[in-house]
Amino acid sequence: MSAEFERDGTAWISASTGTRWVPVIGLEVHAQLATQSKLFCACEVRFGAPPNTLTCPICTGQPGTLPVLNATAVELAVRVALAVGAEVAAESKFDRKNYFYCDIPKNFQISQFDRPYCTGGGIQLPSGRFVRLTRIHIEEDAGKAIHDRGDETLVDLNRAGVALIESVSEADMESPEEAVEYLEALKEIIRYVGAGEADMEKGQLRCDVNVSVRPQGEPWRTKVEIKNLNSFRNAREALEYEIPRQIEAYESGDETRFPRQETRLFDVRAGVTRTMRSKEGASDYRYFAEPDLPPLALSESFVERQRGLLCELPEARRRRYREELGLSEYDARVLTAVREVADWFEAAARLSGRPKETANWIANDVLGGLADPKIEATSIDELPLKPFDLAELIALVAEGTLHSTGAREVMGEMLRTGAAPRALVAERGLEQVEDEGRLEVWCREALEGREQVVADVRAGRIKALGAAVGPVMKASAGKANPRRVREILLRIIGEDE
Amino acid sequence: MSVAAAPDATALRASILTGERSCAQVVDGALAAIEARDGELSAFLSVEREAARERAARLDERHAAGETCGPLFGVPVAIKANMCMEGVVTSCGSRMLANYRAPYTATFVQRLLDAGAIVVGVTNMDEFAMGSSSENSAFGPTHNPWDVARAPGGSSSGSAAAVAAHMVPLALGSDTGGSVRQPAALCGVHGFKPTYGRISRYGLIAFGSSLDQVGPLARSVRDLERVLGVLSGHDPLDSTSLPLPPVEPERPEHPERLDGLRLGVPAEYLGDDLDDGVRRSVEAALECLVELGCERVDIDLPHTLHAIPTYYVVATAEASSNLARFDGVGFGARGEGDGSLQGMFSATRDAAFGDEVKRRILLGTFVLSEGYHDAWYGRALRVRTLLRRDFEHAFEEVDVICGPTSPTTAFPLGERVDDPLAMYRSDRLTVPTSLAGLPALSLPCGLAADEGGAPLPVGLQVIGPALADARVLRVAAAFEASTDHHERSPEGAGSER
Ligand SMILES: [Zn+2]
Repeated sequence: MSAEFERDGTAWISASTGTRWVPVIGLEVHAQLATQSKLFCACEVRFGAPPNTLTCPICTGQPGTLPVLNATAVELAVRVALAVGAEVAAESKFDRKNYFYCDIPKNFQISQFDRPYCTGGGIQLPSGRFVRLTRIHIEEDAGKAIHDRGDETLVDLNRAGVALIESVSEADMESPEEAVEYLEALKEIIRYVGAGEADMEKGQLRCDVNVSVRPQGEPWRTKVEIKNLNSFRNAREALEYEIPRQIEAYESGDETRFPRQETRLFDVRAGVTRTMRSKEGASDYRYFAEPDLPPLALSESFVERQRGLLCELPEARRRRYREELGLSEYDARVLTAVREVADWFEAAARLSGRPKETANWIANDVLGGLADPKIEATSIDELPLKPFDLAELIALVAEGTLHSTGAREVMGEMLRTGAAPRALVAERGLEQVEDEGRLEVWCREALEGREQVVADVRAGRIKALGAAVGPVMKASAGKANPRRVREILLRIIGEDE
Repeated sequence: MSVAAAPDATALRASILTGERSCAQVVDGALAAIEARDGELSAFLSVEREAARERAARLDERHAAGETCGPLFGVPVAIKANMCMEGVVTSCGSRMLANYRAPYTATFVQRLLDAGAIVVGVTNMDEFAMGSSSENSAFGPTHNPWDVARAPGGSSSGSAAAVAAHMVPLALGSDTGGSVRQPAALCGVHGFKPTYGRISRYGLIAFGSSLDQVGPLARSVRDLERVLGVLSGHDPLDSTSLPLPPVEPERPEHPERLDGLRLGVPAEYLGDDLDDGVRRSVEAALECLVELGCERVDIDLPHTLHAIPTYYVVATAEASSNLARFDGVGFGARGEGDGSLQGMFSATRDAAFGDEVKRRILLGTFVLSEGYHDAWYGRALRVRTLLRRDFEHAFEEVDVICGPTSPTTAFPLGERVDDPLAMYRSDRLTVPTSLAGLPALSLPCGLAADEGGAPLPVGLQVIGPALADARVLRVAAAFEASTDHHERSPEGAGSER
């Protein structure tokens, strides 16, 4: 479908009419807060427990029960609000959103309607756009209805009542790529402030997309909502399908095909969006203030305490890594993806004084160690290897004691056992050979019978020298310092001239 | 203080402590009285004979072992059918919950038990507390012990009748718009609705959450005071419960006098629509209060006229949401329908809710609907504020407000069933205080003969400002001590010993 459009920046240029169509995209993202218990009861929050084992009279909606707000959920929600520069309301309230479905036990969801706890703020996308946030509010999750068991519908209420925040963005994005960037940035912020894991696989981050298209410079047109996109890829693919679908509908000139205000679902398998319900059939949620909960009052001192718990956010860190530490954009991104990794990197870099080398070691080896099934660690902090040891290793290489091949071997052992690098180097005899006499013997042996190398080097083709370096390294079992070897080889070739 | 021929809870407990009676004897007496009278009155939906006897035996053992005895030690208590007690059928007078055994115990029921009370049974009520006569119970009406052809009032119908017929000295009711006070008045017993938030609502099946309040029914003011001391006090499971300790009684130097107390008498409560008998009894009671030292002040509560429409918007709006959970999925009755989920919801609710409940759900759904929300629900909330202000202004000039509880004495069963508006007007003198959340008590103030028929009780309503529960009790106690109205019992009562 998209083959008929050429894309130029955010514009989709129609091959037939030449019109420059620009998408208008806003996102609504539900993120699970990392509380131990649910939003309004004491039930444990855990992924993958047997159905209906994490429930109680309150979250199963037994008559007569009442909600009690989880204070931790409010703390975490406020941290997210502060991290996106939003305003935290001194007083907000909870409301009931009424609708009938088998996965919400009370047939209403406790949410925040007209007075959310958080308004404004925004997120800076790495590609340059600033996406404004309309609001964030706190609400409880629904359970899960399972329809694929013959005629029966089964309901699992383990998730019912889990604490969520819903972030609503302004329609500031203009491409599927920006939408994904926004999602990634939001996920990163939520993880960084410790408000949630935002793991899409576990349903901890779910998103609805609002999208319309318009010829560049013209007013907005009818928006369509695409519901329940549960991966970044789905979000992108749904938009990549929906945007040209809308453009084609307008370009057909057939008004009956024009996008109308409706909710569509993304069919992952077919890669298309389909009508779920039109606006005329939309629910009237009959919102009203939740009479079982008093207004949510947040004192200035409470908000300031949460502000004190915020750390430097990933985008700011990346900028500092690039500008002050001279790292590449790629390395900065790898290191800041997880807050613990960034903290670990900063500790090691401070100790080693060599941020670039530190970054390389982490990106190439340390994070690889985390993926190694033989090493039992799920986060960088659990590794036997500590930042101090990495700094030591970098120092050993820098002072010439250890050759990079040997260093890699030492690193492997350090990752498994946490052993100190200096001790390992001594134990395994991995110190580089700096002794001129021994190096010269190996070099002369290597040049023997390699007249072509000597001739090529003398003719100015220095690259040929490599053919002699290899055998020296081999003879030294990798302990020779390759820089010294090249110097000695060049001296010998020059002498004999 | 004079005590009625049948001992009140305070006297019963005292006689158990002195060894005059055992808990077992007291419970047997209550069960015998229920056996003797309830065939005719239908006050109880279920009687927990075995459980009550067993508990009495255990309490007697504890007493014999010298354990401390709680403030309701050995007192047989009836609870209304909308109050959860683990394992006991909590039907709310509805087919919907005819077989619903509560999976947990309400905070206030637990507090009763902790104080040594013995729950002997569950009393009849208008379905989901919607009604003023018991005729909306799915299990048939309760009859007024003073005249079995008449209604006992409602919705705490069975609780009032059980206390009036001396089956139990104490029962719990719930009051949303007068459901404790009106049946207390019509059955000639004491009923108290404390300040909203005094008694935890956790475990009270909700009707109108911002109005619902548990309240005791008894045969003496001192019993009300005693049970309020047990039930009141903050409950962390109810976020709307007041963060205050249990109510402490006022202990004036001269409890029999009310010197200097400014007694407000609202013109709106003594209008032309009052039964003559009611007016005569209430006027006599007001004179009596003046003799006790009160200074009578005529006041206006100008928005009283709007209380009924306001109440029927606010209460039904909340009810439409509170009762949404009864859908056949998780608990209660289930209908079949057309096989679809929505079909099952409809079939369940159509078959298992009575007409009045359906009427109020429809009304509540309507007033919250898009396009009507502000004109109805929004306006009702604004009028509610005006009603509250009426009382605030009045209480700048007076200490308590007195008037009739009900405009009529007990009306014949069947008289108002086909005229919902006439039924709604039965509550017009109790609804304003419910909307304002104020403490209000009804106590017997005389008998009035209706058209040459049998004499029927009249209730005097004593209303205090928010949190002045103890003051209301003190005024009622002084009035009670100076009259003998509370000693009058219907024929056949008192066979419990
Ligand atoms: Zn729970």
